[in-house]
This record gives sequence, C-alpha cells and structure tokens, in this order.
Amino acid sequence: MDFDLTPEEEAFRSEVREFLAANLPPPAERSKLGADFINEWWRKIREKRWIGFDWPREMGGGGGTVMQQYILKEEMLNAKAPPLGSDYTGLGWVGPAVIQFGTDEQRKRFLPDILDSKSAWCTGYSEPGVGSDLASLRCRAVRDGDDYVVNGQKIWISLAHIGTGIYTMVRTDPDVSKYDGISCLLIPLNTPGIEVRPIKSFAGDHFKDLYNEVFFHDVRVPVANRVGREGQGWEILCSALQRERSGIAEVNRHHKALERLIKLAATSRIAGEPALENMEMRKRLAAFDARIEACRLTGLRVLTRQVQGKLGDSDASIGKLHNCNLLVAMSETAMELLGGASPYLGDTEASVGRGKWQIGALGWPTTVIGGGTPNIQKNIIAERILGLPKD
Amino acid sequence: MNFGFTEEQDLLREAARRFIEQRCPIGEVRRLAETEKGFSAEIWQEMARLGWLGLTLPEAHGGSGLGWIDLVVILEETGRGLVPSPLPASTLAATAILENGDAAQHGRWLPALAAGSRIGTVALMEEGGALDPRRIGVRGVRDGDGFVLSGRKTLVSDPTSADLFVVSFRCGDGPDDVALAVVEAGAPGVVAKSFPLIDATKRLGNLDLDGARIRGDQVLGAAGGAAARITRLLNQCAIAVTAEMAGAAERALRITVDYANERTQFGQPIGHFQGVKHPLAEMYVDIESFKSLLYYAAWALENRPHEVSRYASLAKAYATDAFVRTGIDSIQLHGATGFTVEYDIQLYFKRSKWARPMFGDAAAHYERALALRGV
Ligand SMILES: Cc1cc2nc3c(=O)[nH]c(=O)nc-3n(C[C@H](O)[C@H](O)[C@H](O)COP(=O)(O)OP(=O)(O)OC[C@H]3O[C@@H](n4cnc5c(N)ncnc54)[C@H](O)[C@@H]3O)c2cc1C
Repeated sequence: MDFDLTPEEEAFRSEVREFLAANLPPPAERSKLGADFINEWWRKIREKRWIGFDWPREMGGGGGTVMQQYILKEEMLNAKAPPLGSDYTGLGWVGPAVIQFGTDEQRKRFLPDILDSKSAWCTGYSEPGVGSDLASLRCRAVRDGDDYVVNGQKIWISLAHIGTGIYTMVRTDPDVSKYDGISCLLIPLNTPGIEVRPIKSFAGDHFKDLYNEVFFHDVRVPVANRVGREGQGWEILCSALQRERSGIAEVNRHHKALERLIKLAATSRIAGEPALENMEMRKRLAAFDARIEACRLTGLRVLTRQVQGKLGDSDASIGKLHNCNLLVAMSETAMELLGGASPYLGDTEASVGRGKWQIGALGWPTTVIGGGTPNIQKNIIAERILGLPKD
Repeated sequence: MNFGFTEEQDLLREAARRFIEQRCPIGEVRRLAETEKGFSAEIWQEMARLGWLGLTLPEAHGGSGLGWIDLVVILEETGRGLVPSPLPASTLAATAILENGDAAQHGRWLPALAAGSRIGTVALMEEGGALDPRRIGVRGVRDGDGFVLSGRKTLVSDPTSADLFVVSFRCGDGPDDVALAVVEAGAPGVVAKSFPLIDATKRLGNLDLDGARIRGDQVLGAAGGAAARITRLLNQCAIAVTAEMAGAAERALRITVDYANERTQFGQPIGHFQGVKHPLAEMYVDIESFKSLLYYAAWALENRPHEVSRYASLAKAYATDAFVRTGIDSIQLHGATGFTVEYDIQLYFKRSKWARPMFGDAAAHYERALALRGV
C-alpha cells in the first residue's frame, strides 16, 4: 500500500500542472472567448495526445498508463478544465469497443473523429419493452447481401438529437439464447430511415432535450459497420458498461456539493435553532463526508486492481450505488434546509442560491436510473460477488 | 500509487487464517468465553512465537519489525475468528510505550510485551466518551519526581489480565497539561475491574485510580504537552478496533450469505428473494467502504500523520453504524434460527455491541471529523 506517487508519476503530474498553468485561462476569460477558447483548447490537448490518452499510440491515443490517465483526469478536474474531448460516449466506450473488438479499417474510420471531437456518438441499448433486462432486446437486423436491414425502436437515447452516430445493439439471430443473438452496429444518424424524436423530461429547462426515441425503418447498414463477430454484442455491451466506471468525476462533484451544503446549513435553521447546532443534521453531514471519501478510496482500490489486471466485472457497482445515494440524500437535505424557499424554481427573489439545489432535486434520475438502477446494481453484487442465486 | 496489499501481506493473512482455524476455531472461542480469564495461555504463547504480539515493534525489542498495515491484517483475522485474547490491547500499550517512551522504558517493558510474558492495555477513555485530550479528568498531583493519580478510566480492555496500563491523565490546569504514564497492576490505589458483557468473548471494565503513585520513570515522554501524542494513540486504538470490526463484519456477511444459499422456503433458497439478497449487497457495499477508509487511515499513520485523525474518525464512525446494522440484519435474515445460542451469527451480532463505544462511538467520531473541517 502506497499512496505516494512514484517519481515517474510525480513527473507526469508536474507536466500536467505546468501545461495547465501555461494554457488554461481563468474562467472569466474563458467565457469571453467562448467557442474560440474551447476549440483551441481541444487542439492543444489533442497535440499532447491527452484526448484518448490511454488508447494505444498507433491508434492515435497517448499510450498512457491507467495511473497516468487517473492523474490527468484528477488534475484537469482540480483546475476546473473543460472535459478531455467532446465526444463523451465515443471516448468512453465506443472507441474502446472499436479498439478491442473492431477491425483496422474501422479503427481508421472511426477513431480519428472521436479524438478530434468531430463525432458525437450516442448509445442505443434500451427499447420500449426492454430496460433492466437488456438481453431481451428486440430491435431486429436482417442480413441482406453486404448490408443489414434494421427495423425497430430504441428509447431514452441521450443526445441522439445532436449526435452523429448511434452505437446500437440489435438482434441478429432470434433463434439462439438471448445473449448469443445480439450484435453491435455503428450506425450514422444521417442514414435514411432513421427518425429521432425528442422526449421531454419533467426536470424542466435545465434538462431539456435530454433523451430521445430513435426509430429504424428499413435502415441499411453495411456489414462493415458491425463491431466484433455476429453474436458478440453482449460481450461488447458488458465491457462497455464497465467502462462507465472511473467515478472520480462524481466524487469531485459530491465534494463540491457537500461544501455548498455545509455553507447552506450555516445559514439555515431547524425548528428555529441554527441548523449547525442540530445533532442529527451534524451527523448527517459528517456521514456524507465519510461516504464520499469511502467512495473515492474504494475507487482507488478498484484502480489498483485494474493496474494489476485483476479488475472484477462488478467493481463499478459499489461506486454507482454510493453515487445514487449521495446525490438524492444530499439534494434532499438541501431542500430540507431551504425550508420555505425549497418549492421555488429558478433564480427569483423567493429562491436561495439561484435555485441550484432544486435542479438537483429534480434531475437525480439521470444518475440513478440512467446506466442501470440501484436494484440492478444490488443484484450484480449479490449474484456475482456474494454468490447468491440469480433472479 | 498503489492501494493494495503486498504479496507478503497476503501470505501473512493466509497464515493467520489457517492458524486461527486450527488453533482457535469457533468451538474453542465459545469454550474460552466461559472461562474466567477469557483466553488461552497456550494460544497466547503461540501468538508470541509467531511474532504477533510485537508485530510492529523493532526487532531490537523482540518485535517483528512490521508496519501498521500488517497489524491491520492480523487484527482483521483475529476479528474474523472472534479470537479472544488481549492481543489488540497489549499491542496498543506496546505502541504507546514505543512511540512515547525512552530507551530505558523500552528495555523495561517492550521485550516482555513482545514475548507475552507481560500483558498491557490502554486506559484512555472516561465517562462521557470525549475524544478530546483536553477533557481528560483523571488528575495527577505532583509528588517528588512522579505523580499521585486519581480518577476513573472506562472501557478498558482486559482489565484483570493486564499487568500494566497506559493511562492518560491531567497534570496541570492548562488545556495541554496532559500526559501518558504506565501504571502497574496491583500497585496501591490501582483497582481494575471487569464486568459481564453482551459479547462474552471480550473482557472490559474500569480502571479506578485512588491515590495511585507513579514514579517519574513511569511517565512516557514529558509530563504536559502530550495532547497531540494522546490523540495519535487514540487514533491507533480506533484504527485497531475498526480492523477487528472489518474482519468480524465480513464473517457475519459470509455466514449469512451461506445460510441464504442453504435455507429453502417457497421452494427455493431464500437468497433468491430480493428482500434477502439486497440487504446482503448493501452490507457488502458498507463493509468494503469502511475498509477503504480504514486502510487509508492505517497507511496515513506512517505516511501522512496530519491526516490520521480525519480518516480514523471517518472509518470508525462509518464502521460503527455499518457493523451494528450488519449485526441486526444478519440475525433477521436467519429467522428464528438466528435467535438461538447454537448458531454462530449471534456471536457476531454481539461483537457489534462491544465495538460501538470502543474508542469513540459514531457520534463522537463524526463530531470530531466535522470539527477538523472547521464546522
Ligand atoms: C436520463 C436517462 C438517460 C438515459 N440514456 C440512455 C441512453 O443513452 N441509451 C440507452 O440505451 N438507455 C438510456 N437510458 C435508459 C436506462 O438505461 C434505463 O432506463 C434503465 O436501465 C432502466 O430501465 P427501464 O427504465 O426500462 O426500467 P425497468 O427495467 O422497467 O425498471 C423499472 C423499475 O423496476 C426495477 N426492476 C427491474 N428489474 C428488476 C429486477 N430484476 N430486480 C429488482 N428490480 C427490478 C428497476 O430497478 C426500476 O426501479 C437512460 C435513462 C435515463 C433516465
């Protein structure tokens, strides 16, 4: 056990810090520069190969180690830098799927655009009748010469309305087990026969245009766009779900939220008494601190297992459960402290803190439901780690 | 950076687990719990030979020269097996003497503690359960080069087995006028008493000092100005208890998972029902979480001294609530079987009742964590 960085890791951290000091303007200046700033920023970090930093160098990545990638992300978050590239899904799991399961031709075709922030991938798993039980998906792809013909519907697809392509799980063989008949297609969203219809969430303006229905009517997709073998979709999907891990961005967010929550408590009252003198409230705040730190440190234990090549296929679930609990519990604690100001929406004279907590109190389903619900995470832990019977 | 155990530590854990399974299986634990002394002299000697009693002491004092992470490994395993022995208490007393004493004091006490020929314990807590050394109430009145001590220490482990007590006391009226000293059992004015416990595998009680005289060479370090050193010792105690809790909570979870896989109702193992499997998953999340805090705190002892208080408190507080919940849920998931004396799960449930107040309960540690961040 050693939490100190090695000299090489330390040197890399200094390199990142020096780069940030020299190239990242203060936030006020950034917003003045607008799009110019962000494009210039991505060009610069692309030159450093810090976008796709952990991808192999011959595929356009940076060839960085797991540890370096962690240091890079942490330093970027501490400096409040913009994200490492704009194609979140492409960088997160579509690119890695192409690297791991794709052909050289696919790597040349798809990876550069992801790295250059030119593509915007979205994820097509869920369907109207298919949520937690993903393996039962029905969206059908039938082979016709060098194409697949896709018919069916996906739903809750984040960002499809502004995306360039949809990474889609389809059923290519209905006659084998539900896990074995799934394949993975990369489908440009401008392919004829695709229709995207936005769905409104209840969370209001802040989460507007969040997710969509995507309809496929006789959509022809070249076989060359299939990642992996026919029938390998489930394996690709499981590995992609694990990549939604990392969690360090989440912990950073929780730390900031707790700081704001403590500030709010310092100016709030419970039954007429200062909230920070209320023992129950004090314990609750400290317990948030413990859970956030536990989440961060458990993430580091997972990272260590990843470095050692011993990553379990359920290691992400602990972090996900903490994230869900913390998000809801902290925003509801804030609503409690806000008291009479809590029902007001937006930045008005009736609200406190420009209505930011209310946004959290409405928007939690993005984290809690998106990417698999808490019940499903508990099933995963119970079945895969503890060895209890399957549902 | 690396947040894992070394290969040597994995081997140490395996060896410890094997030793405990062979020499102190749960039947033996139950038998020892019924005895007055509460532990086995033979196992004690074997633990001394294995180097466990002086695990973190330098070899020059008869120790094994290992570190706190290694100690956490051993304590997790003794906790997992509910091994009744003064090992945790005696190790903490030795740590206090090592870190605060001079060469003569080291020579006088450490080799005997490492060899198991003498048993030590720590007496730091008082009624009210405050963690702040500035609130120590036991008083020492100057008497020549030594002090005359009066007052009561509570939650003292192995009070009637211990030959020596590391005691914190107040030696003046200033906030930092506190000190540590070694008090010998059986000296005039020293009364140690053990009381019946919910967890019969432990021994716990009070140390009453009523005009107990100590010489100057029993005081560890300077008399006065010891608040930071006492805090460090208290953190080590909290970390040690949390390590025992981690092993015990993991075992309680494992026992309950095994039961859930065996017990059949409605034609299937009860572990099939989500009302059973989800609480078990939650226990797992909580145990892994407080283990992460525990390991960091133990690492910080030797590498980030200024962070120890924060992480020791977060770990002990989280562990306390989680272990108590694990105890209750484990019993409930066993049904009526869980209420029997025969099934082992009750022993772990009872262990959580012992652990709660030891070296500060959740409320005290959460309070300290808040104070440390200025709230
Ligand atoms: C903001 C947001 C963005 C999303 N983005 C995308 C996206 O980009 N792409 C995509 O493919 N999907 C996306 N999703 C869909 C998301 O992955 C699913 O909503 C999620 O997996 C749950 O499926 P469901 O909504 O059909 O709920 P259901 O599966 O119908 O579940 C309903 C309830 O039943 C519970 N339940 C179901 N099965 C079990 C079980 N076996 N045991 C116990 N409880 C169970 C669930 O926990 C839940 O509480 C998004 C969702 C949200 C909210």
